[in-house]
Amino acid sequence: MNESWERLYNGLVKENPTFVLMLGMCPTLAVTTSAVNGLGMGLTTAAVLALSNLLISLLRNVIPNRVRIPAFIVIIASFVTVVQLLLQAYIPTLNAALGVYIPLIVVNCIILGRAESYAYSNPPIPSLFDGVGMGLGFTIALTCIGAVREFLGTGYAFGVKVTPDSFTPIGLFVLAPGAFFVLALLTAVQNYVKAKGAKKGKDTSKIQSGCNHDCLNCGDSACSTRFYDEEEERDKG
Amino acid sequence: MSSIRELLILLISSSLVSNVVLSQFLGLCPFLGVSKKIKTAAGMGTAVIFVITIASAVAGLIYKFILQRFGLEYLQTIVFILVIAALVQFVEMFMKKAIPSLYRALGVYLPLITTNCAVLGVAITNVQKEYDVVTGIVNGFGTAVGFTVAIVILAGIRERIEYNDIPNAWKGMPIVLVTAGLMAIAFCGFSGLL
Repeated sequence: MNESWERLYNGLVKENPTFVLMLGMCPTLAVTTSAVNGLGMGLTTAAVLALSNLLISLLRNVIPNRVRIPAFIVIIASFVTVVQLLLQAYIPTLNAALGVYIPLIVVNCIILGRAESYAYSNPPIPSLFDGVGMGLGFTIALTCIGAVREFLGTGYAFGVKVTPDSFTPIGLFVLAPGAFFVLALLTAVQNYVKAKGAKKGKDTSKIQSGCNHDCLNCGDSACSTRFYDEEEERDKG
Repeated sequence: MSSIRELLILLISSSLVSNVVLSQFLGLCPFLGVSKKIKTAAGMGTAVIFVITIASAVAGLIYKFILQRFGLEYLQTIVFILVIAALVQFVEMFMKKAIPSLYRALGVYLPLITTNCAVLGVAITNVQKEYDVVTGIVNGFGTAVGFTVAIVILAGIRERIEYNDIPNAWKGMPIVLVTAGLMAIAFCGFSGLL
């Protein structure tokens, strides 16, 4: 049981996929126009993440090493399809609000990253809790960002008006540019915390921006940026 | 079948008005990761144009002639992601053998595109908006051109930012994101175009 709690804590705080690892930025920016949308997207992703982690962990001795990435993708895509059909049937409003970003959960690097770096080499129960922890960490982050953008952009919180009439909302924050500014602020805070931690001699190697530092956590099979950077170095030399 | 006029309007709207990166947030990873230099950004952009155009054609044909015919529309996500991954591999092998000069220019970028959500995003958008195959290809091409425009502009700005004096915490990713935000405001101006 201890290990399961450790996995939950790890996903929620220590390696929070959004605030610490900075993974899966496309949905983070796109759907956080309101707190409810962020919550819905987060929970949908969490469900897919927990189920795919569980199944991949159960099948880890069956899937050959060389074809593991395509196998992961098929498993993840199947769960996404199931979740999408369930949403269409039972919560059509959320399905309409999230639109194309539901099928795009397939290419969310958090899910492939957890499959690659945790579920494929660990037993089912810790893997399930790892997925739940990471998923809830993602959900909380998305809800927070959504709430901030909704409050600044419309003056509402979770769809309820909380500001007096004299408050003029900054409409920019619910539009596309606002998403970039909120994320910029978030990465700046992250940089600051990282620099401060490094000064005190803490291990800050886990804190990163995007998938350009740790290929294992990214799960991007082609290892995009590193691959590219090496190529560039060779061109120089 | 849409008229030429409608296709032209779609081309403008998919490339500028609803820009794939700056208003739909698809393909952010390469947009932020491969935009340090104009030359490489342009290379990445060209490779994306190439792959998205082919992928939207193939995905459109598969959807129309296989999935729709046999009532398997619900399999679209699984089929599209596998087809795109296989297609990129295939294009890479074909290019290496048949057009080595093009492979030398774009080959580096091809593997990076497999997991680019813009490719899958275009294929799924085409299906959701019920575009026919030709309209889908035009939409894909326009989207990819929009990606290229955005990444080349960002690379140009980043080359200048390199020499600026930026507060420590804002160095690196934060200032790039602020730049992207300002670009997004600029691209909002296109919404009055149509």
